[in-house]
Amino acid sequence: MSSIEARSLTRTFGDVVAVDELSFQVHSGEVVGLLGANGAGKTTTMRMLLGLLPPSGGDALIGDQPIARVDRRVMGYVPQGLGLYPDLTVAENLQFAAASFGVSAPSLDDEGLGDIADLRVGDISLGLRRRVAFVVARGHDPSVLILDEPTSGVGPLGRARLWETIRETADRGTAVLVSTHYMEEAEECDRVVLMARGREVASGSVHEVIGDIRSVGVDGHVSEEALDEIGASGGTVLMADRGWRVVGLDVEEVRQIVGPHSRVDQVAASFEEAFVVLSS
Amino acid sequence: MRWGVQDVSIMFGGRPALSDVTLGLNPGHIAVVVGGDGAGKTTLCRTIVGLEQITEGEVSRPDRTSFQPESSGVWSDLTTLENLEFVARGYDLDASHARDRIEELLDVTELGEARHRLGRQLSGGMRQKLGVAMAVLSEPELLVLDEPTTGLDPVSRLELWSFITRSAREGRAVLVSSTYIDEAVRGDTVLALEGGTVLASGEISDVLAGMPGRLFVSEHKQGASSWRRGQSWRAWSGDGSPIPGAREIAPDLSDVVTVAALAGEQS
Repeated sequence: MSSIEARSLTRTFGDVVAVDELSFQVHSGEVVGLLGANGAGKTTTMRMLLGLLPPSGGDALIGDQPIARVDRRVMGYVPQGLGLYPDLTVAENLQFAAASFGVSAPSLDDEGLGDIADLRVGDISLGLRRRVAFVVARGHDPSVLILDEPTSGVGPLGRARLWETIRETADRGTAVLVSTHYMEEAEECDRVVLMARGREVASGSVHEVIGDIRSVGVDGHVSEEALDEIGASGGTVLMADRGWRVVGLDVEEVRQIVGPHSRVDQVAASFEEAFVVLSS
Repeated sequence: MRWGVQDVSIMFGGRPALSDVTLGLNPGHIAVVVGGDGAGKTTLCRTIVGLEQITEGEVSRPDRTSFQPESSGVWSDLTTLENLEFVARGYDLDASHARDRIEELLDVTELGEARHRLGRQLSGGMRQKLGVAMAVLSEPELLVLDEPTTGLDPVSRLELWSFITRSAREGRAVLVSSTYIDEAVRGDTVLALEGGTVLASGEISDVLAGMPGRLFVSEHKQGASSWRRGQSWRAWSGDGSPIPGAREIAPDLSDVVTVAALAGEQS
């Protein structure tokens, strides 16, 4: 049984197909990343799985049940805007959410947030607000957790700690679906589902998604004209470690443009570069 | 260094917003400032362009400096073309030169087809590209871009970086602030900030080589100096002693910045 399932999930807005026959599953104990360009359909997909937006076709299933029949207490959600009350203290936010679900509020000391219990949410840093929103979302012990860009704007150590908590939650059996813009965070997920124009274009582990995709590394001097020509031929040029990386062209095409004085090699694509190739 | 800040500190209402920050900016080079929310990135950008009063230190910049604020600076009720024309008039550019320059920028940014679309109708990626185009229109010697890529998807980010790289190639000094640490490799130097203090600074290879202690990768959490990274754990040994059952690895930039934040927290 899968905890979260999109089955041929489709949503249209007028003539626009925002989500097109999308299918994927998130099992209990798994962290699955939903990735895609702006407008790829990630938020629309999450909203349908949360029961906030009716699908135009297909099914949004939670624990094999259509979302309309699901008790919302099995679900936890952290929206991009966090959904906290800035004028209430951290403890009051937790108590309010717990009371709404008819459970007792989790201990802030257990979460390492005891020191900030009496501070107004509006007065604490974004990193701390994100941790609080996360504690609120799982305060009623949901079996499904949906997180929309949970680490946006948080420093590296804060992000590592948030991911630690996300993983611990999954290890206790929760199914976690998470969207992110940080490509390096794809590695924190057991699997990723890559979306473009409403459809799935790739899925699997980061390693599987990169697959055979290659980038071209260019070392040494490259003339302005050559760089412009790469752009004109449909390649994207990037500076990296004092050299250049080109995606969208093969190694021979790049070699012909830059000439014999630069070293041109085929290199394994980064996940970000694979994302660009797959999304275009 | 040609321009930049030297040992700069700034206080906001008795609290340090920047503490002893040094950053060099040189023609043709891109400096990337990375950090989370509240790290001091915007304060540093504003300081360099002269919008903040410093408590200590020195700031230098060329006369022709352009600044793109985090909000992109695009007027939402003007079209793409009108935004560019308005900036051109503000700089009193010669009309025919301005026309050529605007067409060139519309071409490079692939915003030509959106020339008659209102600012409010542009996607996030298009709006940021237009903002950078407006900032480089006057051919500044120094270009300061505050978080141009925040909230943009990877494809839009790569397109924007390609445009920024091109601006540096034209001989400009460029400062880009970013919340994405992996974007630092797109520049020549990096400055990592947290809470207004410098966690790491310099050329990326030097920053990587300069990490104190040793870094290990482990299947399990190894006490307070370890953190999750992908499907395994990183463990930092500050005094360089080996960690049993863990394998030593070369740190990447994200590791070095995390170590600096941990070391700061533990001291």
